[in-house]
Amino acid sequence: MKKLWDMFLAFARIGGLTFGGGYAMLPMLQREVVEKHHWATEEELADYYAIGQCTPGVIAVNTATFIGYRQAGIIGGIFATLGVVFPSIVIITVIAAFLTNFAELKVIQYAFEGIRVCVCVLIFNAVQKLWKKSVIDQPTTAIFLLVFLVSAGLAVGQSFYPDLFTVSPIVYVVIAGAAGVVLHGGNGKKEV
Amino acid sequence: MILLRLFYEFFKAGLFAVGGGLATLPFLQEISQKTGWFTQQDLMDLIAISESTPGAIGVNAATYAGFHTYGLIGGAVATLGLIAPSVLIIILVSKVLEKFKESSLVQHIFYGLRPASTGLIAAAGFSVVLATLVHVTEFPKDPAGAFNWFGIVLAAALYAAIKKWNRHPVIYIAASAAVGIAAGYLHMFG
Repeated sequence: MKKLWDMFLAFARIGGLTFGGGYAMLPMLQREVVEKHHWATEEELADYYAIGQCTPGVIAVNTATFIGYRQAGIIGGIFATLGVVFPSIVIITVIAAFLTNFAELKVIQYAFEGIRVCVCVLIFNAVQKLWKKSVIDQPTTAIFLLVFLVSAGLAVGQSFYPDLFTVSPIVYVVIAGAAGVVLHGGNGKKEV
Repeated sequence: MILLRLFYEFFKAGLFAVGGGLATLPFLQEISQKTGWFTQQDLMDLIAISESTPGAIGVNAATYAGFHTYGLIGGAVATLGLIAPSVLIIILVSKVLEKFKESSLVQHIFYGLRPASTGLIAAAGFSVVLATLVHVTEFPKDPAGAFNWFGIVLAAALYAAIKKWNRHPVIYIAASAAVGIAAGYLHMFG
């Protein structure tokens, strides 16, 4: 029971302190799940994100369910998931009920000029940590560069041409999984 | 029964929105057009509010739309509807993975998946950096004016602080919010 409660609280902190959704949650997850509670390793976190991106639903919820389930079965998955959404329900309900002009408040807009910059830096730092564990040799460097350049290139292209096509994360994940089998499965079992 | 319908509509959004966050948006637009529970204007407000409150954008959106439809209970039911498919699917995927985690095929797949996952997150981070620190579309016209110099200086300072003191991220977020508020009232944004 204590573990379930710990998980609810840890994920409530993650949900309640993440600004910017999905990817911005990574620094919080690294802190709470990997460094503080040791519920998952950095590599497992990368796996959960990859799976979270190609299964339906919100990435934060998918990741919470994954970690909770791994730690304490179905009830663990439910506790972690309820934890991650609990702060949203409370905060959004309060805003929807009382502060309909919340996003127009000058003080909030100014605060977010700062917070957005911080989110950039936190994601950069989180990616660095993840990079060290997932980009380990030439094939993985090639996969990383290809996914990053195509995905980031399309994002830049879209700011000039809004109608430019997009590629679903599923496409990258499926191709990368296949590449893993070909590149890693092919050269025998000498290294894992 | 509006609560059942609410659960069902958001369950569908949770089931079919792949890729997280804003992937939920087209589904919310469809719900709005089909049911009239909330307007397009509500949706615009919802995006602004979701982006300026903590938490996953999809979850925030469901709570907001549900609240507009049926108050407190509506918000909770819509949110539970949105996350229910995720919980079911992830538990299934998890069970399957557990069974095959020793298989070398799964190991090979993850070997390829990890750098791709990192690449996708890096690209998402890159888009956030572009949106925050550089106005790309202005770059060809006015290269120097396209940069958010306040943001760049703050980012450099934050990065140095994170490397020096590896504290909980919320400390840096709170500090940045304070700097933003101070800079705003001192008219330091270009």
